[in-house]
Amino acid sequence: MQEQELESVVIRFAGDSGDGMQLTGTQFTNTAALFGNDLATFPDFPAEIRAPQGTLAGVSGFQIHFGATAIHTPGDQSDVLVAMNVAALKANLKNLKMGGVIIANSDGFDAKNLRLANVPEAENPLLDGSLDAYDLKTIDVTKITRSALADSGLGVKEIDRCKNMFVLGLIYWMYHRSMESSIKFIQTKFAKNEAVMQANLKVLQAGWNYGETTEMFANRYNVAPAKMQPGVYRSIMGNEAVAMGIIAASVQSKLPVFYGTYPITPASDVLHELSKHKAFGVKTFQAEDEIAGICAAIGASFGGNLAVTGSSGPGIALKTEAIGLATMLELPLVIINVQRAGPSTGLPTKTEQADLLQSFYGRNGECPVLIVAAQSPADCFHMSFEACKLALNHMIPVFFLSDGYIANGSEPWKFPTQDALPPIDVKFAVHNPERAKFLPYERDEKLARPWAIPGTPGLEHRIGGLEKQHITGNISYDPANHEFMVKLRQEKIDQVANYIPEQQIDNGPSSGDVLILGWGGTYGALKTATAKLIEEGHSVAHTHLRYLNPFPKNLGTLLSQYKKVVVPELNNGQLVKIIRDKYFIDAIPFNKIQGQPFMAHEVIQQIKNILAS
Amino acid sequence: MEIKEQTQLTAKHFASDQEVRWCPGCGDYSILKQVQTVLPELGRPKEEFVFISGIGCSSRFPYYMETYGMHSIHGRATAIATGLKLTRPELSVWIVTGDGDSMSIGGNHFIHLLRRNPDVNVLLFNNQIYGLTKGQYSPTSEQGKVTKSTPYGSVDYPFNPIALCLGADATFVARTMDRDPKHQQNIIKKSYHHKGTSIIEIYQNCNVFNDGAFEIFTEKGTKKMNTLMMENGQPLVFGENNDKGIKLDGFKPVIVDLNDASVNDLWIHDETDLVKATILSRFYDDPSVEGHFPRPFGVFYENKNKTPFEELFNDQIAHAQSKNPLPSLDNLIAGKETWMVS
Repeated sequence: MQEQELESVVIRFAGDSGDGMQLTGTQFTNTAALFGNDLATFPDFPAEIRAPQGTLAGVSGFQIHFGATAIHTPGDQSDVLVAMNVAALKANLKNLKMGGVIIANSDGFDAKNLRLANVPEAENPLLDGSLDAYDLKTIDVTKITRSALADSGLGVKEIDRCKNMFVLGLIYWMYHRSMESSIKFIQTKFAKNEAVMQANLKVLQAGWNYGETTEMFANRYNVAPAKMQPGVYRSIMGNEAVAMGIIAASVQSKLPVFYGTYPITPASDVLHELSKHKAFGVKTFQAEDEIAGICAAIGASFGGNLAVTGSSGPGIALKTEAIGLATMLELPLVIINVQRAGPSTGLPTKTEQADLLQSFYGRNGECPVLIVAAQSPADCFHMSFEACKLALNHMIPVFFLSDGYIANGSEPWKFPTQDALPPIDVKFAVHNPERAKFLPYERDEKLARPWAIPGTPGLEHRIGGLEKQHITGNISYDPANHEFMVKLRQEKIDQVANYIPEQQIDNGPSSGDVLILGWGGTYGALKTATAKLIEEGHSVAHTHLRYLNPFPKNLGTLLSQYKKVVVPELNNGQLVKIIRDKYFIDAIPFNKIQGQPFMAHEVIQQIKNILAS
Repeated sequence: MEIKEQTQLTAKHFASDQEVRWCPGCGDYSILKQVQTVLPELGRPKEEFVFISGIGCSSRFPYYMETYGMHSIHGRATAIATGLKLTRPELSVWIVTGDGDSMSIGGNHFIHLLRRNPDVNVLLFNNQIYGLTKGQYSPTSEQGKVTKSTPYGSVDYPFNPIALCLGADATFVARTMDRDPKHQQNIIKKSYHHKGTSIIEIYQNCNVFNDGAFEIFTEKGTKKMNTLMMENGQPLVFGENNDKGIKLDGFKPVIVDLNDASVNDLWIHDETDLVKATILSRFYDDPSVEGHFPRPFGVFYENKNKTPFEELFNDQIAHAQSKNPLPSLDNLIAGKETWMVS
């Protein structure tokens, strides 16, 4: 047995969507995090809960990249591929490194599975030599699991459901990982079903023992803890972080949260998470549709709550008219968009950044809305908190953009304590007896109007979607007033630039050949690519936008310091249009629209091409 | 000595300084007046009232009320009011809507409002026409109606709003008319006191695009023959000289002549009886057809046993808070598993 030290490893767990690969991946992730590795994950699953078994469409994957160094992406190519059946192998082989390890469940390569994956029986990859370039480990996981649980008293279906634990145990053995955290997890998860709990524990151990006793594996690997900033860490997923950011904003503003929403992939987990925390006074309302979700939130905002609605692209489309209403009412409202690939239903479980223009312009009339975007799973906490703060401070609707990739991805997070969070100062209007009449559209220095909540004596007033007369808020059809109000609402958004941080260079020189200008969930891939390019001696820098409307005040100056500005996006070129429009520069688009995140090597190649051109 | 100033609220206090801009002669004026008359009698300060409307002629209503108000977007007042009531259960929340706003574009929210049963009051102005958009047929317009959008007559079947509300499990369902101020006031007061969603369908004449739609029910000459004024615990009697009544033959209603039959045999109106309310809701005949049933006005149904939505919703939160009175944000953010990097 050889022991080998590795700097980082990418493992991809792949199987049928019913094979429990997401759970296996999450368990390994938690253990790697607790061990002190830096990591990034990428769950990649079909939209169907139980897609046709054995088919390519039904393959569910979970990729984890963990290391002793800083990790920013789930990895371009995997070192280890766990393939529970033929389809899983077929779908993922192209992303396995040459010479990489394949752990194949031979039962998933029988005649039936071959047929379902459209592979001729004579071409069974486990037998025909086509995998000779890889380190193939064929194990009949199903058979071993069944024999391990022969006396368990469980049915075949329940027994087969334990297969993933065998794989997990084996991988734990391969990487010298403690099984303690997963054992605890199984004990809690199946606390009410002793037989199933014991079965899972037994199979987990069987996987470990298999590595230990067979001579199939010549190597075991060590991946040392990463040198990370000192502090206390946890593992965090994007959607979970959004919910926490909102609750934190609720605590810091002393306003209860009202979350009005309708289930939609991949945003539903925000609802699931928020609904657990009623002790914080969190109100979650699962409405009859997307429109009711946002409208109820508007009602709650009128009533003085921290109002939030959340959805994904198609749902945001339905909320459009109500976002216009909130803009006219000038009430605080946070609109979460966990973007997915579109248009229409598109690819519901796949990621994309194609709702940026929708956020900017997707409403009738002149209707500017503040936009912020998170750049990583943990950043979802900071930027959702920021979205709440800006909405409350400026009395406006605010878009918070996330995407399917960071929503479901996870990373270690050196989380803040409450002391480190800024307070959010909210003052409801009160009656001033010296004034004859309350003026609901009078403004402060931020151009914010007073938040006068129903129930306050002396402030009775009416608001609505019709154009408002400046200051009084009465209905006004005066042509000059309309133009004035349109400009005022625009100015109100624009001057938020005075309240947000200036744009910083994330990595690289402050002037040079190429600036990579990214936004949102592509941060990790762009950061990794930039580091590599700099290491190779190229004059390349990276800056990443989290505030998109308005842009940080210094952005124009910053962009002008580079010969070329490249805008990589997971869409057909959206930020690049706005940058060109606003700054009159010949920004170069770089787009990927495959429902998949950027791989660092794709970015490196593209930047090299641009440098050479 | 402190002198406490006690202003007795009157209808005037509930009128805003905005000029009322409905067409002269519109039925909406009467409804506004009755609401402004009833509100001071309810013994609540005006800041506790909130009127939320959608879009349409009726939806201008909040602008004319010196209370809190929101003129929102088409069909969504119900959803906005739900959010407000959940967060501020102590407020008296009113929804002003029309037949297009609630039965057509806002149909979905409307039935879900009734299903959830928050303690809000709905005033459904039914004029059987789209007025604000200048005269297209609505989902309550009768079949064959000739309008701007149906020059050959509408082929749509109309909704029966009362039947729709009962079908959606509404807990207070009533009908009144613009031309009967006393009846209107009485029903509005009753609806206010109901705990749960109360819905009043108000027959409202649009004198510009659908004039006379309810004439047969509202005008002196025909009203008594064609309307059935329901009173809880009273027999169902109607007719020029109160000489006709409704009898139940099993589940089948029958019109009887009180010159031949005894009042003692008549159907006694029971607002708590859903089956009977359902039968009454189907008294929806075309009044020009011979032998038609009179159109009922008053309270069809009231269910006092369904806990309002906001109570259930907030009780659950209060319960969670009582079990964990001082939740720690730090604990929430840290989660269950952390590790130290030194």
